[in-house]
Amino acid sequence: MSTYTKQQVKNLTEGKLDWDTTMRMLSMPKDNERFSIYLDVLQAKVPWKDKIVLPLGPHLYIAQSAKTKQWVTKCDCGHEFGDYRENWKLNAAIYVRDNPETMRDVYPTLMAPDTEWQVYREYYCPECGVMLDVEAPTPWYPVIHDFEPDIEAFYSEWVNLPVPERAG
Amino acid sequence: MKTDASTSKKTKAAEELVGGLLGNGQTLKQYRDAIQDRTKTTGFYNGLERLDLRESDPIRYEKLFSKLRGGLVHSRETAKKIAASPIVEQEGELCFTLYNAAGDCVLTSTGIIIHVGTMGAAIKYMIENDWESNPGINPGDMFTNNDCSIGNVHPCDIATIVPIFIQGKLVGWVGGVTHVIDTGSITPGSMSTGQVQRFGDGFMITCRKTGVNDKPLRDWLHESQRAVRTPKYWILDEKTRIAGCHMIRTLVEEVVAEEGLEAYEKFAFEVIEEGRRGLISRLKAMTIPGKYRKAAFVDVPYAHPDVQTPNAFAKIDTIMHQPVEIDIRKDGSWRLDFEGASRWGWHSYNAHQVAFTSGIWVMMTQTLVPTQRINDGAYYGTEFRLPKGTWMNPDDRRTGHAYAWHFLVSGWSAMWRALSHSYFSRGYLEEVNSGNANTSNWLQGGGINQDGEIHAVNSFEASSCGTGAGAIKDGLNHAAAIWNPEGDMGDIEIWEMAEPLVYLGRSAKCNSGGYGKYRGGTGFETLRMVWNAQDWTMFFMGNGYMNSDWGMMGGYPSATGYRFEAHNTGLKERITYGDTLPLGADTNPAEAGYENHINVRAKVKRDKQCMTTEDCYENYDLYLNYLRGGPGFGDPLEREPEAIARDLNNNLLLPEYARKVHGAVIEQDDKGVWSVDVKKTIANRAEHRKARLARALPTREWMKKERDRILIGRAITAVKQMYATSFALSPKFLGEFKTFWNLPEDWTLNEEDLDIPTYGSKYREDLSKLPDVHTVVLVEE
Ligand SMILES: [Zn+2]
Repeated sequence: MSTYTKQQVKNLTEGKLDWDTTMRMLSMPKDNERFSIYLDVLQAKVPWKDKIVLPLGPHLYIAQSAKTKQWVTKCDCGHEFGDYRENWKLNAAIYVRDNPETMRDVYPTLMAPDTEWQVYREYYCPECGVMLDVEAPTPWYPVIHDFEPDIEAFYSEWVNLPVPERAG
Repeated sequence: MKTDASTSKKTKAAEELVGGLLGNGQTLKQYRDAIQDRTKTTGFYNGLERLDLRESDPIRYEKLFSKLRGGLVHSRETAKKIAASPIVEQEGELCFTLYNAAGDCVLTSTGIIIHVGTMGAAIKYMIENDWESNPGINPGDMFTNNDCSIGNVHPCDIATIVPIFIQGKLVGWVGGVTHVIDTGSITPGSMSTGQVQRFGDGFMITCRKTGVNDKPLRDWLHESQRAVRTPKYWILDEKTRIAGCHMIRTLVEEVVAEEGLEAYEKFAFEVIEEGRRGLISRLKAMTIPGKYRKAAFVDVPYAHPDVQTPNAFAKIDTIMHQPVEIDIRKDGSWRLDFEGASRWGWHSYNAHQVAFTSGIWVMMTQTLVPTQRINDGAYYGTEFRLPKGTWMNPDDRRTGHAYAWHFLVSGWSAMWRALSHSYFSRGYLEEVNSGNANTSNWLQGGGINQDGEIHAVNSFEASSCGTGAGAIKDGLNHAAAIWNPEGDMGDIEIWEMAEPLVYLGRSAKCNSGGYGKYRGGTGFETLRMVWNAQDWTMFFMGNGYMNSDWGMMGGYPSATGYRFEAHNTGLKERITYGDTLPLGADTNPAEAGYENHINVRAKVKRDKQCMTTEDCYENYDLYLNYLRGGPGFGDPLEREPEAIARDLNNNLLLPEYARKVHGAVIEQDDKGVWSVDVKKTIANRAEHRKARLARALPTREWMKKERDRILIGRAITAVKQMYATSFALSPKFLGEFKTFWNLPEDWTLNEEDLDIPTYGSKYREDLSKLPDVHTVVLVEE
């Protein structure tokens, strides 16, 4: 099994890892310690002190509040979306492309969906305006709660790490 | 003498009967039932809690693996040279698979490995329906199957299945499949549109005995060749399959001669249990336990006048809906539940449960289980729930399947995203893939070709669409298709020999890749001019009004499809007089550039109707084959300025969208070279983010407005029909929908209230209702 340095994992998260190492990562059995190195790398990048529990996207995390020990979904700008078990999208800002004019701002005529059939729902962080997700369903589709991780089992049984303390 | 001979013959037959095909007195069904039982009670395939051979003699086990797998791959490579069809010979649309006597897959070759399960389903169908007593299963027999109601993906995948006997007993089966160029369906091309039932889908063969003593039967040869439009390709495809199967049968005989039958048979079971364990350990090694929910959709726009169906009740617009909940448990087992999926429909995009479950391994081998050990172990390691009556498990024997891939490819995009989500969270960014392109357009049609023969065409350029963006890099441009990991767009020269269609352009498709920090791979487009054909027809098949993929984590879906065709082009005269011609790319479809180089009175269709049926084409008519791009990853405002400049200079991105979507401040020098002003771009992007928030609403505010639209019923009928079919099949989905939108208790949406034909909504008849038919059910329904 291959192992990788913190610098290599940092380069990976920045899209700057050399191709030889990337190929090794792709072809060799997975390095189980990647997760803890990854957390270290990401923790050094966020401007807040709360402990990252699980990354959810390039800007989105489940983090343990330094003050309350509650687990919350949190943008790297510091904005909090509430309890980690809730669907963070319900507490985001949304912009829906549901007519040809607004669709034309993202794709040339004929290359965008017909908005009677399908809309683009863009979810932004209400504080920093980063786009965290784009849903592309039919009209009327419920907002999808797309991931409910079993963090306790993952930490204690799969990567053999102590589960961070959780209040509430 | 005569008496003696017949007596000894009788005695021999009696002996065979006592021992049965397996030499142990069991029927094949008893044998298979016992394996299923042991698997169910112990949780290990065939009760194999211990892998005796693998544990006691690992080197011998690996030797068996290498010989068999190497032989399978080699047989595929050798056999494909027999074929004349570019689909097989150039694109590699074939696959050979080895099964144990119960029809469970032991190992497979490279190629269209969805057929790991489909040919196994055919073998199981023969077992469950007592093929051993009638028509009999003997050494030297061949069986042919392409029946979509018992597991095949679509009728153009023709399978030849050969039993393997050693020392007088059945030890396994080998199956070979090729994607043929025509199936004699309602219209030419292997995956025709227009028919809306099985009865128009083409020549359908149900596990028929088509050869004895290693020779195809003459009635079969005569009947099958006249059942299709392209008999020359058909017969060479069959020879390809037979040759491959026989090579593999010989291989198994050689391996048994060297290693002994006992070791071979042990291997043929242990390797499946090893595959099951391998999947579980990969799930634990790569994913995160928990629940993942995703959804996917695609359009079936049949109300349009350019779609001609034989049945009036099929002339409606519908939408495929596929929600999925993936539950990865802490013990590494997992369950894929498709509750809420829409009903099968009157079109040719339905899928059998096995096409669905077997097919996902084509995808999984590209990330989750990137090993050579693809077999039924992965199936035994997965719990599938495909509700009966949905498009992926129809409950009516009339369903059409000619292009099941329209739904399969679209539906699976949801699973890519779910798995990629877990890879991202775990730090395995190198494995993240936002999804797969909708692998279309399919250029198909036929008539009299440049050689004066009846012909059908089915361009496989779709095997090179854009791939999804990753979390560390862009997707690959015009590179792959989800259904064949080794696809190839094929040489222009070969296609021009196979099709009376001259290339006027072949270019990467601008703006086709989904935007993001990393963009989806772009697709490509080829402009074809009809040349030297007679009585020619063509049609389009792909997504147009909708996207079937979504982006990930802030990335956009790829561009949708559109259609361009032109008739009465005046190109003959323009060529004679040396006038300008439409050449190269349709860079910005809004500008309609091709139209500047054809007759002003030409009849042009430039729209989003990407599903059509056979239309007439004259020589010098034009057809644009646009192959889709892949979806993007991450916020496009974070794309590197150099990457934007590179895309602009390679004609992969229109300047307008560098500004609007990427927030780039760009300029072009005297030589036409684009560059991005990094400093101004940073400031501009900050403004873009502010503008986003200015136009956005809190999600809960928007939900109130959307709820109002639901209450007044503001949506097109196609959308309502989709929900109505999902609701009718799944009270759970209806309940969740009503809860989410906080709808009144009595709110409902029924198909019969929609003022469109609802054939199939109430009255359906499953294949299992036919007398003497025992269907094989391989999923929870
Ligand atoms: Zn933020």
